[in-house]
Amino acid sequence: MELRGITKRFPGVVANHDIDITIRRGTVHALVGENGAGKSTLMKILYGMQKPDEGTIGIDGERVSFHSPADAIARGIGMVHQHFMLADNLTVLENVVLGGEKLHGIGGKARTEILKISERYGLGVRPDVLVEDLGVADRQRVEILKVLYRGARTLILDEPTAVLVPQEVDALFDNLRELKAEGLTVIFISHKLGEVLSVADDITVIRRGTTVASVVPGETTPKQLAELMVGSELPSPQTRESTVTDVEMLKAEGLRLSTADAEGVERIVLDDVSLTIHKGEVLGIAGVEGNGQAELVEAIMGMRDPDSGTITLDGSDISRLPTRTRREDGIGYIPEDRHRHGLLLEAPLWENRILGHVTEKPNAKGLLLDLKAARADTERIVAEYDVRTPGIEVTAASLSGGNQQKLIVGREMSHHPKLLIAAHPTRGVDVGAQAQIWDQIREARREGLAVLLISADLDELIGLSDTLRVMYRGRLVADADPATITPEELGSAMTGAATGHLTVSEDGPAEGRTEEGGSE
Amino acid sequence: MKKSARFDKNKVILGIAAPVLAIVAALLITSVIILATGKDPLHAYAVMLDFGSKSDSQVWIINKAVPYYLSALAVAIGFRMNLFNIGVDGQYRIAAFFAAVVGGALTLPGFLQIPLIILVAMLVGSVWAGIAGLLKTTRGVSEVITTIMLNAIAAAVIGYFLQDGRLAVKDGNLFHTPSLPASSHFFSIPTQPAPLDGFLVVAVVVGFAYWFVLNRTRFGFDLRTVGQSESAAEAGGVGVKRMIVTSMLLSGAAAGLIGMPTLLGESYNYGTDFPIGIGFTGIAIALLGRNHPVGMAAAALLWGFLERTGTQLEFEDYQQEIVGVMQGVIVLCVVVAYELVRRYGLRLQQRQVGAELAAQARKTEKAEVSS
Repeated sequence: MELRGITKRFPGVVANHDIDITIRRGTVHALVGENGAGKSTLMKILYGMQKPDEGTIGIDGERVSFHSPADAIARGIGMVHQHFMLADNLTVLENVVLGGEKLHGIGGKARTEILKISERYGLGVRPDVLVEDLGVADRQRVEILKVLYRGARTLILDEPTAVLVPQEVDALFDNLRELKAEGLTVIFISHKLGEVLSVADDITVIRRGTTVASVVPGETTPKQLAELMVGSELPSPQTRESTVTDVEMLKAEGLRLSTADAEGVERIVLDDVSLTIHKGEVLGIAGVEGNGQAELVEAIMGMRDPDSGTITLDGSDISRLPTRTRREDGIGYIPEDRHRHGLLLEAPLWENRILGHVTEKPNAKGLLLDLKAARADTERIVAEYDVRTPGIEVTAASLSGGNQQKLIVGREMSHHPKLLIAAHPTRGVDVGAQAQIWDQIREARREGLAVLLISADLDELIGLSDTLRVMYRGRLVADADPATITPEELGSAMTGAATGHLTVSEDGPAEGRTEEGGSE
Repeated sequence: MKKSARFDKNKVILGIAAPVLAIVAALLITSVIILATGKDPLHAYAVMLDFGSKSDSQVWIINKAVPYYLSALAVAIGFRMNLFNIGVDGQYRIAAFFAAVVGGALTLPGFLQIPLIILVAMLVGSVWAGIAGLLKTTRGVSEVITTIMLNAIAAAVIGYFLQDGRLAVKDGNLFHTPSLPASSHFFSIPTQPAPLDGFLVVAVVVGFAYWFVLNRTRFGFDLRTVGQSESAAEAGGVGVKRMIVTSMLLSGAAAGLIGMPTLLGESYNYGTDFPIGIGFTGIAIALLGRNHPVGMAAAALLWGFLERTGTQLEFEDYQQEIVGVMQGVIVLCVVVAYELVRRYGLRLQQRQVGAELAAQARKTEKAEVSS
C-alpha cells in the first residue's frame, strides 16, 4: 500500500500535509507521533472516513479512492478503533455478524467461520459469551476478529495498547505476529516507543502533520525515535535565566481526593499532594495522562472539592472559595481541553473574551455587562496576541486550534494573574503559535507570575520549568532539575520506575544529539 | 470594518432565511393537506386574512397572545439554560389557583391587593418549578420527567381543594374559588370595538426585562454560558447547580404570571373552567420565536391569529382542525429550518474564515518571497 502526498485541511488548520508512506505486504508497520501530530486523521483517510484534499492512495499499484469505510472494507482494509464498538448485551457471535449477516449468515456457518479464524490466528475467542462478561483484552480480540471476519487483509489498529496491561500487550503482539505470518498487513498506531520497536518491521514517524522519517527498528533507539517525534529543530522552549523569588505564591498542602467510578469502586486520584510555587517560578508537572494531573488542576481551580488539604494563594487560604472568587483573586487558567472548558464554540469571540471573567473589568460595570469595553478589549487581544481572525463577531468554532488558544492565553493574561495554570498550553497548536505562547509565559514569569505547567511534551516541560515534579498514580513521586534532566530519564520516572530526586548520568544528553544525524 | 460588516450582513440574511423558509414550507405542506381534503387552500388563506384583519379580531388576537407570550417567556428562560421546563402548564395553574384563593379571601385596596395576588402567583409558580430544580441538582433527576409529573400533581392538588367546603364554592355545575373583590380587577385599555387587556403592558415589560437580563447583565451572561456549555461555565466560575435552581425559580415565577390576565381581567376566580394547556402552547411559541423576545411576540400573535381565524374556516365548510395541523406543521418546519440554517451558517463562517486567512497567508508569503 502506498500513500503519496496526502494533504487534509480542516477549517483554519492543516491536519496532514505531504504524507508519504509505503507499507509492505505482510509486515507490521508502525506509525508513531505525538498527540495531535495527525496520526488519527491519516488513519481516517486510509479507512475512508475522511477524504484527502490532495494526494493519492494506491493498493498493489492500483489507485483507489474511498468514499466510506464500506469502500475500504471492500478493499480488504479493516480498522480496530481505540474505543471498542461492541454491543455489550449481545454475544460475541452476534457482535461479529452484526452488519455482516450476508457473509456467512447468523447461525452455525457463522460460528464455524468464527472458530476457524480464531483458531488460525490464535485469538481464543468463544463465540457464545456475552461481550459484557469479557475483559478489555478479550474485547479487543473480538474487534480484531470482527475485522478479519469481513475479509480484511490489512488491519489498522489505533493505539491498541493504550487500554492494556503489559501482559496483555505481549499477548496482543503474539497475535499480531500470527497475523503477519499469515501474510496479513498490520498498521499499528502508537506513541509508546518501546512497544513499537519490539513489534514493528517498519516505522514511520509523523510530526506536525507530515512524515518526517522512516526507520527500521534494528537501526534505531527509543531516544532517536523520541527526538524524531518531538523534532529537535523546533523552537526550543529554553528559559534559563532564573526569575524565581522566595515569595510563596501558591501553596498546596496534603491534598487528597478520591472518586468513585461507575461501578462504585473508590479510587484515590490525589494522594497527599503538596507543592509550592514561588513568584516568578514555573513548576512543571510531568506524568502519563490520567495520573491525577487533571484532578490537581481542578482542585486548585475549585472545580473539585478535595477530601482534605489546604490551598493558599498569595498568603490567603482559598481552600473553601468558589471558582469565581479564586479567578478574581488572580488565578488564570489555560485548560487542557479548550473546547470543553475554555470556549463557547458557537459564541462570538468577544463573548468568549468575557467567559470566566464576567465580573471583572473591562467586561462588567457593577452588575451589568460593559459590551462596548469588552468588544474593544477583544480587538486589543486579537491584535496583541496575533489571533488570526477576520473580526471579533465570528464564532470561536471558526478559528483554528492555535488561534483559539492564543485568544485564551490573551484573555487569561489580560487579567494579570498571580498564578497561571497552563495545562498542555501548546497541544494541537501549530509551531508559530507554540513559540508565541512560550514567549508569553516566559514574559509573564519575568514579571513575577507563578506558573503551574502540565504538559505531555517533555521538551516543553524541561525547557520552560524552573522546577520539575513527576506525578504517578496521584502522588508526586519524584522531582528533578530541568537544567540537567533528559526526556528519557523523566520518562522512566513517569512510569513509576524511578522516585525521589532524579540525578543525571554524565553522558546521557550528549549521546542523543550525536546519533541523530545518522538515522535520517 | 468592511469585513465585519459583511459577516453581519450574512448573519441578518441567515436570520431572516430561517423563518421565511419555515413559513413557505409550512404553507406548502398545509396547502397539500387542504387540497387532499378536496378544498381550495388559497380561498382558505383569503378567508383567514380577511377575518383576521377585522378590528374585533385584532383585539381578540392581542388579548389571546398575552398569556401565550408570558408562557413562551417562562419556557424560554429554561431553554436558554438548556433546561426543558415542560411543567409550565402545572406551574401557572397551581399559581393561579392559590393566587385566586388569596385574592378571594382578602379585601384590600387594589394598589395593594393586585400586586399581592401577582406576587403570590409568582411565588407559588417558582416553588413548583423549584422542586424540579432541586431534584435535578441534588438527586440528578431529569427536569423533563419531574416537571411533567408535577403537572399531574398540580392538577390533583387543585382538584382536591376545588371542592365545596374546602377552598371553593359551588356555582351551578361549576366549582370555583370565591370571586375577587372589584378592587382587584386589573385595568384595561379602552379601544374599539373591545378593550385591550391591561396585562399587555405587563407582558411587554416582562419581555423587555427578559431581554435586558439575559443580554446586558452578568447574571444573564452566566445563564447563557451554562446553556451553551456547562463544562465551560463551571471552569469559568459559574455555580452551575445554583444556576439551575435559580433559572427554574425564575421560569416558574414567569409561569405564575400566565394565569393573571384571565384571573384579574376576565374570570375573577379560579374555577373548573379555568383555561388549561397554555403551558404547552408556550413551548411551541418559544420554539417558533427562537427564545427571542420579539420573535416570541410575533409567534404568540401568529398563534392567536390562527386560532381566531380557524373558527371562521368552519363557516366556510373547511375542517376546523386544519388550524391545529397548520400550527403543528409550522413548529416542525421552524425547528428543522432553524437547525439547517444554523449548521449552514456555522460551516459557511468556518469556510469564510479559512479562505480569508489562507488569502492573507498567501499575500504575506508572496511579499516575503519577492522581498
